[in-house]
Amino acid sequence: MRNPVAARWLETPWVRALLALALVILVGFVFNADGAFLRWSTHRDMLRQISVYGILACGMTLVIITGGIDLAVGSVLGLSAVLFARLTLVGGHGAVVAIAAVLAAGLGAGLASGGLVARFKVQPFIATLAMMVFARGLAKWSSGGQKISQAVQAPDGSFSYVDLPRVFDVLGSRVLGGNVAVVTLVFAACLALSWVVLAKLRYGRYLYATGGNEEAARLSGVPVARAKLVAYGLSGLFAAVAGICQAAQELQGDPEAGISYELTAIAIAVIGGNSLAGGRGGVGLTLLGALTIGYLEKILSINSVGESSRLMLTGGIIVAAVLLQRRRTA
Amino acid sequence: MQPRPLLEFKKIGKSFGPNRVLADVSFDLRAGEVHVLAGENGAGKSTLIKILAGIHTDYEGTIELAGRPVRFARPVDANHHGISVIHQEMSLVEAMSAADNIHLGREPARWGGWWLDRSAQLGHALGLCRQLDLELSAEDLACPVERFPMSVRNRIEIAKALAFDARVIVMDEPTGALNAAEVAKLFALIEALKGRGCGIIYISHKMEEIYRIADRITVLRDGRWIGTADAKDCPETTLIQWMIGRDLARQSRAAAGMAAAPAAPRLAVERLTVPDLRPGRPPAIADFSIKVAPGEIVGMAGLQGSGSTELFQGLFGVHGAACRGEVRIDGRPFRPESPAASIRRGLAYLTGDRQGTGLVADLSVENNVCLAALPRHSPGGILRPRRERAQASRHVAALSIRGASPDRPVGVLSGGNQQKVVMAKWLETRPGVMLLEEPTRGVDIGAKQEIYALLNQWTAQGMAILLISTELPELLLLSDRIVVLHRGRLAAEFARAEATPEKILAAAMGAAGDRGEPEAVA
Repeated sequence: MRNPVAARWLETPWVRALLALALVILVGFVFNADGAFLRWSTHRDMLRQISVYGILACGMTLVIITGGIDLAVGSVLGLSAVLFARLTLVGGHGAVVAIAAVLAAGLGAGLASGGLVARFKVQPFIATLAMMVFARGLAKWSSGGQKISQAVQAPDGSFSYVDLPRVFDVLGSRVLGGNVAVVTLVFAACLALSWVVLAKLRYGRYLYATGGNEEAARLSGVPVARAKLVAYGLSGLFAAVAGICQAAQELQGDPEAGISYELTAIAIAVIGGNSLAGGRGGVGLTLLGALTIGYLEKILSINSVGESSRLMLTGGIIVAAVLLQRRRTA
Repeated sequence: MQPRPLLEFKKIGKSFGPNRVLADVSFDLRAGEVHVLAGENGAGKSTLIKILAGIHTDYEGTIELAGRPVRFARPVDANHHGISVIHQEMSLVEAMSAADNIHLGREPARWGGWWLDRSAQLGHALGLCRQLDLELSAEDLACPVERFPMSVRNRIEIAKALAFDARVIVMDEPTGALNAAEVAKLFALIEALKGRGCGIIYISHKMEEIYRIADRITVLRDGRWIGTADAKDCPETTLIQWMIGRDLARQSRAAAGMAAAPAAPRLAVERLTVPDLRPGRPPAIADFSIKVAPGEIVGMAGLQGSGSTELFQGLFGVHGAACRGEVRIDGRPFRPESPAASIRRGLAYLTGDRQGTGLVADLSVENNVCLAALPRHSPGGILRPRRERAQASRHVAALSIRGASPDRPVGVLSGGNQQKVVMAKWLETRPGVMLLEEPTRGVDIGAKQEIYALLNQWTAQGMAILLISTELPELLLLSDRIVVLHRGRLAAEFARAEATPEKILAAAMGAAGDRGEPEAVA
């Protein structure tokens, strides 16, 4: 690049993530599947489909900025979906109670892995791997290995159908004239919350400092252990939010829900340009990453590309996006 | 007629984009000489060395090796031509053994290069160590290098550089982490290399070191060649003038009219004991007492392992509440328990390792400046970016931090400016007592003088400073008093007027102290 100003501009992760997104959208206009890509409903559905992953990616971004990783979010999602379904469908609890309890459980799971990382200095990969396995086990145990749905089995083996609580309808519906899914709004709220934490709160700065240089941060009086607890705790909380959304959309609590979702969440954060080394990045980049992955999937599916090719293409595109984003050294 | 030089730079030039960093640099290196390359940070020394090492391949001019022009496409080409560079940052793989490190990238191998020949490697490494007098046994060579102290790692690094018959050896500030005894060893090694006909390009910021070792000196300034002279024809004043392009009045604290006023001590330490972190060792600091008055700088001297760093870490609570003894700050008792708590009590600790423990390289200059005082700048836990910016720009102006706008990552600044950012960070916590460890390490002469002036300014405002510096001239220049530590105990104490390098070194090495106290056996 001849022009140094343009070259420096091109080096900012923001611009690169935007370029990648623009490229994908351009592909969408070219392969628009007889105009399907030009309809709002396509975009609306894309936003709905990416929301659960995006909510997980918000928490993932916080953790990645501290230099860590959270592999447990998919399992915590599954656990939360099961708990939410049990509390509402089987237990007959109200929505507020159920949501509060599930959020508390997710927060607890996050704090537990955060505690292992912060207090006991377990490597984040290992600590959250353990939590991933444990939470999945807990989800299966509390559901008895069955999907928890409206068909509730009585002790004598007979099935009875319970009415769907209103909270399922609300979370699964669309608002604003049917133009935006409620889960997309939940995703937006999670984005906003993460942004406030990272950009506006003292603890946000602490997350960056911890990921950038933990020892320098600690010697500057930064409470690095508490900063990590905050990151992992919020990641668990977001995973619980995602679990509730998932249960509401599927109308059931599936103990197998969310398997490998953590990998999609990491892919979203990385494609957006967040560095796995920690210390830099932001939730805005994560939004761009979520849109990139979402559009990619959508374009492939409206063009009836089969799942096998879709997966292979996605793998290739993740590599391409990361190579594109890598800083070039002089 | 001089013999043909070993190496000759002819009109070397280099630009990074629009920035010209080297222009028309020409000088030569003879066999059997130590050629010191001097200049401030950013003068172009590192760039020149990287060209020689085959790291920068895109440059103007020619390099001639024994009269033949050469051009290296990659670092290994330079190695094959007998050029070895010992970089400023250690380039050892910490978890690998010394022998593996020495042969990294050129392992002796059998069967078409697929099968490692470990015994040949070990034999070669041992032979090399014997040749260089490195005192490493076969067992040592099989240990991961992270288990060795810096000084040994430094020697392994040299062994690595020499593993393949280098004729031209470049050493970029090799003594940064070494104590006096280890420096003496390194210099003996350099003499031996000279005897074997090697030419050595030696980069250093330390005056006394330059004059101890240099045969000739070349100075670069702003990417240009300023002069080359025999060391004996180039007195220190000339050298400094060449380097900074102006006369420099050496300002000492006495000249600045500072004297310690007799006042209640800001910091009083009574019989402090700091345990060694490794279990089963005697304490790193034992029964240490000291008082520092407002406006006073107390210098701490001692060889490596004397415990001065551990004293700072203990006082600052780096490893939690580990010390025993009594500490008072401004008369009120203080118990070190964590860095955060120490900062709240007006204690600041500038560590000797700027990159490792001083700065967060990804954060901007202003965020680094405000990091330690963030609770004050973010009432209610909410960041106030405008307030931070205002605070930071005050420091940027007052400390003349140059090189980048305050919203850019601090990593892009030069060493001296980064150091000033760290100083600003601690100043921002409004400390009463400052623990300074190597405040001018890796900093060029101009910035050094600015930092000295800052310290005078701070003491004039009543700050009490404890100072560690391995550069004795610096210690003598800045300190009102010098205490010498030997194996974790106070070995001697000198008033400014009576301190000499000889006395300090003698005490640091464990000779009977001036106080006449019998030295306890550590």
